[in-house]
Amino acid sequence: MTAVSDSSSRKRPAPDPSSTPMIEVVDLHKTFGTTKVLTGINLKVPAGSTCVILGGSGSGKTVLMKHMIGLLKPDSGKVIIDGQDIVPMGVRELQEVRNKFGMVFQAAALFDSMTVFENVAFPLREHTKDSEDVIRQKVRARLDLMGLKPAVEAKFPSDLSGGMRKRVGLARATILGPKIVLYDEPTTGLDPITTDYVDEMILAAQEGLGVTSVVISHDIASAFNVADQIAFLSKGVIVENGPPEQVRESEHPAVKVFLQTWFGKN
Amino acid sequence: MTTQTPSNPAPPREPGILTQSISSFGKGLIDGVSTLGGMMMLLLDVVRWSVRPPFRLANLFAQLDFVGVGSIFIVSLTGTFTGMVFALQTSTAFALFDAESLVGPTVALTLSRELAAVFSALMVTMRAGSAMCTELGTMRVTEQVDALETMAVNPVQYLLVPRVLAGLFMVPALTMLFLTTGMAGAYLIAVGVLGISPGTFLSRTQQWLVPGDIFQGLIKGAVFGLSVALICCYKGYNASGGAKGVGQATTEAMVSSALSIFILDFILGLLWQ
Repeated sequence: MTAVSDSSSRKRPAPDPSSTPMIEVVDLHKTFGTTKVLTGINLKVPAGSTCVILGGSGSGKTVLMKHMIGLLKPDSGKVIIDGQDIVPMGVRELQEVRNKFGMVFQAAALFDSMTVFENVAFPLREHTKDSEDVIRQKVRARLDLMGLKPAVEAKFPSDLSGGMRKRVGLARATILGPKIVLYDEPTTGLDPITTDYVDEMILAAQEGLGVTSVVISHDIASAFNVADQIAFLSKGVIVENGPPEQVRESEHPAVKVFLQTWFGKN
Repeated sequence: MTTQTPSNPAPPREPGILTQSISSFGKGLIDGVSTLGGMMMLLLDVVRWSVRPPFRLANLFAQLDFVGVGSIFIVSLTGTFTGMVFALQTSTAFALFDAESLVGPTVALTLSRELAAVFSALMVTMRAGSAMCTELGTMRVTEQVDALETMAVNPVQYLLVPRVLAGLFMVPALTMLFLTTGMAGAYLIAVGVLGISPGTFLSRTQQWLVPGDIFQGLIKGAVFGLSVALICCYKGYNASGGAKGVGQATTEAMVSSALSIFILDFILGLLWQ
């Protein structure tokens, strides 16, 4: 199993929580039919930090993340990205804001009709006027950063392992140098070694590229490995929010029960 | 002394067959209207995004190739055999009153006004529509559509506009191909097998067939093509529930597309009278 390291033991400097938040969610409510999924979410993620949103299945983590990138509209509340409230924005304005994002999906969501190279090159071809030579250089450099050999470029996503797909997904998500990277359950379904690798990948993206990361997870070990800040989501509200050490000492019953499943055994 | 026992409340009555029938009819009606509304909204989106840059010509040509060029063989084959069978059957009827010379015009009018457009659209539905629906459905349930959105690429513009335009432009073209091969098949049977003179076949056809008949076929082809592409895209784009959901969406798309072709054919036929 992945070892849980104390985040304070990491050599990188902790981001300043008092700095202007890159992401701010204010009193967010969302209901699907008669089911209240989010019932007043408040969250601030400082620039350059990694925030892990922890919670059980069905607690609303993915719904919260989809609001952050404007894939869902809330019933009420604000989602402020880099100083701009994206809730009232139209499709075109949202597209502008989304250029600040990269997103790594749970199952990578690579385009299965395209090769690895074409997948990673896709955002460059869509949003830059780079020549094919420049695109080739950039894609190779990014795949190399993710520890993927040039031989992988011509492969299709169906030929890759789960870990490799995640790395290609991250390469695609970060190729345009986004300010924010969202990870949707990046370690779900992976073996412990690959989970470790993905954790390192998230840390490398933060340290090497300086991005603000939001990680949705129910993997406690992974969360405590990568997080500067952990927000615990239960029944549509954030019941605990702070540095990993603070969350670990939380007295909230839902948090205690959840963390017990890992720390009780270790 | 008598003790009174509290009476148990009567269990709620099961709804009768009539109530259930009305309820399921109402639900079906609401679903139908909702789907139709959704498709109209999608059509508006497609129109809006088709005139906004960037114009994705590579995607459009890929779809024109897939829907149009890829259907040439099957449409030609269907057209030829339809023309042959139609010539064979009509000649039997016309022989009863010595009017075999009308085989050519009869086949030409039927194909140009009705069958060419209907059959071409049905072929496109089966060959390309099913593929469109499955591909979009798979992209939806594997979050590839969401991935496009997060990369600031509008999925309607990237995925749907080329497909709907391909349906709109290529089904009329295939209708003309169907008409041509159908007439060739009819000529082959009428002249080669039934012994009708080539001059009679061609001159009678030329005498009866007017440009308006061909125009009617073209318009019908365009309407059917738009309808089929829109239905298949809508069903695939809104698929949910994994592989089973994609399968269900494709089945619904095929049935709805086929039905829409026949219903629209009737409405257009009525309007053309």
